[in-house]
Parts: sequence; C-alpha cells; structure tokens
Amino acid sequence: MRRFLSFRDFDWTLLGFVLLLSVISVFEIYSATLHTKFVGFYKTQILWLLGGMVAMFALSLVDYHRILDIIHWIYGFCLVSLVAVIVVGTKVLGARRWIKLPGGIHFQPSEWVKLILIFAIAKYFVNLAGKQLSWLDIGKAMAIVGIPMLLVLKQPDLGTALTYSPILLAGLFLGGIDWKKALVLVSCGLLLVGIAFGSGKILKPYQKARLTSFMNPDADPKGSGYQINQSKIAVGDGGVFGRGATKGTQTQGDFLPIPYTDFIFAAFAEEHGFIGAVVVLLIYFLILMRLIQNAQTAADLSGTFLVMGVVAVLIFQIAVNVGMVIGLMPVTGIPLPLMSYGGSSVLFTFLALGMVMNVRMNRFVN
Amino acid sequence: MDLEVVQKEEKLPAIKLTIFQYVIVGVMLVLIFGLWRLQVVGAENYRALAEANRIRKVPILAPRGQIFDREGRLLVDNYPSVSCFLVREQGHDFEPDLPLIARGLHMTVDQIHAILRKYRAAPKYQPLPLKQDITPDEQEFIEAHRDEMPELETVDEQRRLYPKDGFAAHLIGYVGEVSEEMLNDPRYAYYEPGDVVGKSGVEASYDAILRGTDGSRDVLVDSHGREVGKLGTERSKPGQSLRLTIDLDIQRAAENALGDRQGAIVALDPHTGEVLAMVSRPTFDPNAFAVKIGRDEWNKLITDPNHPLLNKAIQAQSPPGSTFKIIMSVAGLQEGVAQNLKVNCQGGAELYGHFYACDRHHGAVDIHNAIPLSCDTYYYNLAARLGIDTIAKYAHGLGIGMKTGIDLPDEITGVMPSTEWKMKTFHEKWYAGEAVSVGIGQGAVAATPIQLARALGGIASGGVLKRPHVVFPDELPAEFRTAMRDSFPGSGDKTMQIDPANWETITDGMAAVTGPGGTAFADHLENIDFAGKTGTAQVVNHSFGALKVSSNVNERANAWFVGMAPRRNPDIVVAVFWQHGGWGNVSAPLAAKVIEAFVDKQRRLNHNLVAEAAEKPVEVGAVWADPAKKDAAGAEDATDAVGTVHTGHFALKPSGNAAAGDQPVQHPKPAVPKPAPVTPAKPEEQQ
Repeated sequence: MRRFLSFRDFDWTLLGFVLLLSVISVFEIYSATLHTKFVGFYKTQILWLLGGMVAMFALSLVDYHRILDIIHWIYGFCLVSLVAVIVVGTKVLGARRWIKLPGGIHFQPSEWVKLILIFAIAKYFVNLAGKQLSWLDIGKAMAIVGIPMLLVLKQPDLGTALTYSPILLAGLFLGGIDWKKALVLVSCGLLLVGIAFGSGKILKPYQKARLTSFMNPDADPKGSGYQINQSKIAVGDGGVFGRGATKGTQTQGDFLPIPYTDFIFAAFAEEHGFIGAVVVLLIYFLILMRLIQNAQTAADLSGTFLVMGVVAVLIFQIAVNVGMVIGLMPVTGIPLPLMSYGGSSVLFTFLALGMVMNVRMNRFVN
Repeated sequence: MDLEVVQKEEKLPAIKLTIFQYVIVGVMLVLIFGLWRLQVVGAENYRALAEANRIRKVPILAPRGQIFDREGRLLVDNYPSVSCFLVREQGHDFEPDLPLIARGLHMTVDQIHAILRKYRAAPKYQPLPLKQDITPDEQEFIEAHRDEMPELETVDEQRRLYPKDGFAAHLIGYVGEVSEEMLNDPRYAYYEPGDVVGKSGVEASYDAILRGTDGSRDVLVDSHGREVGKLGTERSKPGQSLRLTIDLDIQRAAENALGDRQGAIVALDPHTGEVLAMVSRPTFDPNAFAVKIGRDEWNKLITDPNHPLLNKAIQAQSPPGSTFKIIMSVAGLQEGVAQNLKVNCQGGAELYGHFYACDRHHGAVDIHNAIPLSCDTYYYNLAARLGIDTIAKYAHGLGIGMKTGIDLPDEITGVMPSTEWKMKTFHEKWYAGEAVSVGIGQGAVAATPIQLARALGGIASGGVLKRPHVVFPDELPAEFRTAMRDSFPGSGDKTMQIDPANWETITDGMAAVTGPGGTAFADHLENIDFAGKTGTAQVVNHSFGALKVSSNVNERANAWFVGMAPRRNPDIVVAVFWQHGGWGNVSAPLAAKVIEAFVDKQRRLNHNLVAEAAEKPVEVGAVWADPAKKDAAGAEDATDAVGTVHTGHFALKPSGNAAAGDQPVQHPKPAVPKPAPVTPAKPEEQQ
C-alpha cells in the first residue's frame, strides 16, 4: 500500500528557513563568545547542527506510525530515564538535569521527553477522535504530560517542564475539548499558579525571586533583576540598526548574561537592531506557517496532531524566550529553538522537524 | 500492512488550525511591539544605560597641598602609597584564598573576616579596603598572584607625611576618612564616602585650599569590572600649598622649651597677629592618622586624661592668675583710680568682711611696683574700687572671655565674669566681694593661652590687638578670606585707647618683672629688653592666698607666664601655660628660651652673616616622621630661607661686629618666598 518515500517530497522550503536561522545562530554564537572562555562554541554548534540534520533525515525515513505503535514503551523508558536523572544525574548549578554517558557526553533527557510526549499525546487523542472529551479523558491526558513534568520539576528545571504544557494544551484544543471544560481548566490552572506562588513551598526561592524581579526588576538590580535589566539594556542599546556584528557593547562586555544560550536573542537584537530582530521573528513566523500547512496536508489525524504538537512547543518557546529577553516574561531558562547554543535543544528541534518531514512525505499515502 | 492503531479518516476542522495561525500572529505582534518599545522608543534611554554599564569613572585622587613654614621650609609633604582592596564581584570564590591572602599581606584571617563583617551591608560591587599603605613586598605578592586571585586590587594614593615626634601636631592637625556627620554637613558637600578630609588644625580649617580636585579616568570595563579599554582622562588638580606664619626656628625653640611638660606655648607677632609658634603637650603623632589609625591607638588617645588631641593653646582655659593684673592695671589706670591708689601690704587685705591673703608683706605698694612684686593686696583693693563691671569692660575690650577668631577649629571662649554674666549663667546676683578674687585673676575668670598672649601683647602695643592667624590672609583668595572670617568668628582686630603715660607705666612694670626684685628676675636676659608677667592659677579651691605648691601633681597650680620683647611695641609675645607647674615663675624660663631664640635669629639676620652660618638653627629634615620607606633624616636644610621678620629692635651696636662694618653689605632680601617656590629637598628625593 505504501509508496516508496521520496526526498522529492521533503519540505525543502521549510529546511531552507531552518538552515537560514541556524546560520544566523552560528554567527551570533561566534560573536557572543568572542571574548569569553567559551570562544569556539560556534564550532560545536555546527557539529550539533550537522548531527541534528542527520538525525532529522533518519527520523523522516522511519514511518511515524511505527513509532506511534510502540510509543507506550518509549514513554515508559522515558519515565525511567527521568527518574535516573534524579538519582544518578550530574549536578550542574544546583540542578540534576544531566546523565553522564560514556565518552564524556552529557545527555539531558528532559529535552527528548518533549518529542515523546508529542507522540504520546497524538496517539492518545487520535484514539479519542470524534468523541466528546469526558473529565476522565482530560484527566488521563493531564497525567500523561503531568508525570514527566513533575519529574522534571523535581530536577529542578521549571523551564523545560513548562515547555511540556503547550503539548497538552494543543492536544486538548485539537482533541475537541468543549469551551465550558476549557474555562474550568483555565481557572484551575490560574488558581494553581496563584497557590504555587503564594505558598512558597512549591517554587524554589530563586524561581520566586525571578518572578518578583520580573515584576519589579529594579528592586534588586545586582541580584535577581540583573538578568532582566541587562537584557533589556542590551536589546534597547541595539536601537533600530544595531551596533553591528561583534560590536554589541553589552554582549561583548559580558554584561548580558549567557548571551550564547538563553539570552542569544538579546545579543542578536543588540548587534543587529530592531530590523534584524524583526527579520528573525519573520523567519520564525514563516517556519511556523509552513509547519501548519504541513499539518493541514497530513495524510491522517495523527500526522496533524504530531505537527501541531511541534508548532505548539515552538511558538511557546519563542514567546517565552523572546518575551523574557524583552522584559515581557519572567526568567525561566527556556532556550530559543534554532538560535540558542546547546546540543539537546538542537537535536530536539531537528528530530521534531524530521518528524514533520516524515508526516509530509507520507501525506500521499492511501 | 497492519496500521491498526491510528488510521482514522476524520480531518480536524480547518478553523482550529486557523486559530493557531492567529495565535502565532498575535504572539509575533506582541513580541515586535516589545522590541519596538525597547529599540525604537526607548533606544536613547537604553543606549545611555548601556554606556553607564561599561564606562567606569576611576577616580584619580588629587594630592593635598604641601604646608610650609613662613620661610618656605617644608613642614608637611605627601608620599606615594598603595592600598589593597578586595573585589568581591569577580565570579571567583575568594574564601579558600583567605589564608594565603592573610599570609601575603601580613594579616590574620580573623582580621580579614572582621573587615568582611564590617562591610557586610556594602553592595557587592563595592571593593573593600583590606590594607592601606602596603609594603613593596606585599605589592609584589599581589602582582605575583594576579591570575589566581583576581579579587585583590591595588590603588595608588598619596598620603600625608607629617613631622615626627608630634612636632607642631596640634597646629597642623591631621587628616582622616570623612565621617558620616561631615557628609551630612553642606560644607563638606564636595566629599564622598571614603574620601580623606582634614580633621583638625590647619588641615581642617584650610581643607578647601589644601584639598585638590580629584580627576578621573574613564575606562571601559566588562561586567567583572575588568578594564578592557580607555576613553579619556580628566586630570586631578593637586591642592594648593599653604604657607604658615609659623617660624620653624621659633617653633623648634618652643617645642624644646616645653619639653614633656603638660600645657601650651604660643608665640605671636603682636604687630600682625601672626602666630610664630604654637605648641601643646602632650602631643600625638599625626602620621598615625595618615594610615587608618588602629582602634587601640585611637582609644588610647581619646581616653588619655591629659587630652593629647586637645590644642591647649586655644582649647584649654584656666584662671589667668596674676597675669590678669596687667589687665587690671589698664583698667585701674584708664579709670584714673590706680594712679592714686597706694596700699601698705601686710600680707593681705580685709575687704567686705573677709580677709584676702597676699603671699608676702610687700610694705608700701603703688602701681609702679605692684606689677613686678605681683602684690595681691594692691589688686584686691583696686578690684574692690573698680567693681566687676568696670573690670569686665576692660577685659572684654582686651579680648578676654571671647574667641580671638584664630583660623583654627574649635577655639574656646574662656570666661570673663560680670554681673550680667552671673545672672545669665547662674541666675544669681553678683556679690561685690567676688570682684576681689577676680582682681588677681582667680575666681570665675578663665582664659586661654592665645587670649592672654594677645591681650598682654596688645597692651604693650598701645592697645592694638590683632586677630591671631596661622596663614597669611593676603595669600588667600579674597572670597576664601571672607569665608574664613565668617567661619571663625571672634573679637578679631580690636583697639583699646590706652593713654601713653599709662602704657609706659604698665610696660615698665612688666619689664621690671625680669629686673632686680621682680618675680622673674632669675630669667633676666642679658642685652634683651625682656618684659612679662608671671601668673599662678589655683586649680583646686584653696582659700585665696594659700597658693602652696601642692605635693599632689594634679592639685598643683597652673603656672603662667606671658613674656615679650621689647617691652614697648614688642616684636614677639610668648604665652606659656604649664599645667600643674606650680608657681608662675617656673614658666618664665620657658618663655625666655623662645624669646632668646627669636632675638638671636633677628640679630644674626640683621648682621647679614654668611647665609649658611645664619640659617642653621634647625635641621629641617629632622622634623619629619620617618615611615619605613622614608629616610627623612638626611634632608638638607634650606639655604634659601631668608628672614622675614623686621629686625629693628634687636640690633646690637654695629661696632660689636667688625665684619659688618666695612663690608659692602648685601642685605638679605626681605622678600618672602611664596608658598611653592624653591622648596627644601623633599624626603623622597633623597633616595
């Protein structure tokens, strides 16, 4: 029944935009690490990107239905790996997020969990397709996402844990939740956030400090508010046209915190100005629109669910990261996909794109 | 193929994906709006913040002005010094380094912890002062460990180098870190926390002249404060130097004369009010303040019952004792009472139902021998006739009971009682009998050495009193001169008309004090017209007249002597205040030494001896303290120093010196060296 898959059906336009952004990213990482001990990170990033592309092509060749068949096993394995991180993980900056693998590679399972959750949620809601969602159905969906989320929170890694939530939200939305239940869920969610922030037990002090400093960054300009203030100064310093590549005073002077990972957009905005920043957002917009188009043309519902899961994660990360950089969101430590330095993030993004390619290449099946 | 799992043919309603698209558009618009706000609307503001972030003003501390004596001999200099700071914001945990740091800087870890505790409230980016004035080997230690311990930073500073052994310490004063109260005072608006400011003496009163204007270097820094580039430099303006009216030679003579005795000596030129010497004992080492003074050392200074920090020439008051009789004589003669007053002293006087004792049976006494004999009986009677308010009128006219307005901080007023004063202070009536003891300078009357020197010098000058000063007012900017007058209020320049006949009577009386039969005959100076008055001031309330030299040092009377030369229109007046010295005549030799030194100098200058021979009275270099790095002892004397005091009174007969007679004499230039010109070799140039 299946046609032989052809790279002619590969979404080369999408890949073009992604590669364009990757090149921009490599240049910005080069610039942002120029005067730091991290100089040379851009080379590592190129290696990750090459690895990511190989992984993308590889994943695009495996029929996504095969993965959906065994997703419950993968999901189980993923929970085990998250527990493993908590037990034997390497502690970096006070959080256990990494497993040290032989060969000196650090592996951050929480990034991959996103991909697995996209599959799991897709499978779950496709099975329920056409059915009015009951509270039990909603509860199960919440458990599928919630269990790994809690494990990641335990590491603690609030940022990554939060990136799981758009998968659930997109699933519920596309899975056909009725607006009354949605309203109840939204209210409960808001209440929960309020309690979490108010009780002081659920959020770590530094997480709380980040939130307070987001609301009033000048309260402690050398402490928690420092990152937000410095980021806004760097972005504002760029002006309309920017300081020029490798000329950002805040980026080069090390005032901007971690300008090659979480705050790379601020570094880019300082050096390339409003115009550069809007161009990057435009590329993101085109990528997202292209993804949605692929979701529309998917051969089946599960394909649509998978692609829209990717869209949800990407738009969420873009909104939260760029929002943080320009002072509209609190500091959460969520990387900017396709821009931030880091292997796990790159691999996730490219694997997710591979999955999208996979769906697209299968669109004429049947 | 078994696609048993998910092969449903349903499609999602297209509207749901469209909603997604709208959400994405919305998010993008919000983000673009946020960028617009920062990069277009707020660009200017954020550009400024960014610049402030990376440009740091590194202060270049201006060295304080040097201080010279009246002949341009260097009294206070600066020396370069290095301080070590601990920079906490290096992203480097310095805690494990502390033992090594402590060893390298010759401190203990506890001391460093104490500093950290002291500054625990200071913001993280503020460097903490670890050690001031570090030695070359400590500097080398910091350089050698730059890479492992980036938290150590050195800062170049200029520190004060004062004369050693507390020479003129009270007059010169000292500097220290500006205090909290000072910062709240608008007069010190110029200063910022941590700055060094003059705290006492000339250093305090002429702070605005001596301090320079700090410059700054604009450097580009990264977020760790590391210098990554330079922008511009605003150079510092060093403070102006200051020439004092002090004569190093006279000061040295006064320092030596007072020795270790507690008290003060002040020497004035009554013609101008210039202070020629000012000594207070016990003294302190102001060099201890140039580097941060230790807490123990400070406590010792402020708890010492002898008040080493007090400048007793202007900040100690005591009943003037018999020196007050000169003021009484002015009042008596000007009022026309003393001329006709004759008493027969039989060891005291019965007045207002009380017996007031005199120390001897002087027999027949009138105004002419009352001064040299210092007969109390005479002055008891004179006081009773004049009454307190007449006495007070003359005493006030001669500056007793009010500040002189000397340009030094914290002068005290002293006390001159009157009926009005008693009513104001004690809400009590004045009893006529109380004036009797005031007549011999006892009772409530109290004066400072500078007041007495000025009053008696002024009387000998025909009633012309000058505001004492330690800096030549002509050398100050006009507005500063006015400001100084306002900041140091006092009686200032004053004139009291004294009838020439009365003037002669009093000055002759003072000259007779050092003559045969006078109370200070032992200190008669051959060939010098040396006049003066002794005074013995009780410090505990013995009954009047019983002025015994107590065996208990602290109950012993204060010994006063105010001497001058010559007797009329003196060129120098010296007040000696020896606390618990005993009888006033013990102070007279101290004054004699100062006057002798002064007259000797005038004579040498007047005779135009070869300059070197004339100008070797004091080894200038010997006056400096020697911090480890400074070997000041070898500093050469100034050979360019030239006498500035007019010399007319003290010329010996030319025949006494053959050389002076037939040489085509070149008179020493009276020109006064300006504060900065040819200065004596500075200590550091010796190395």
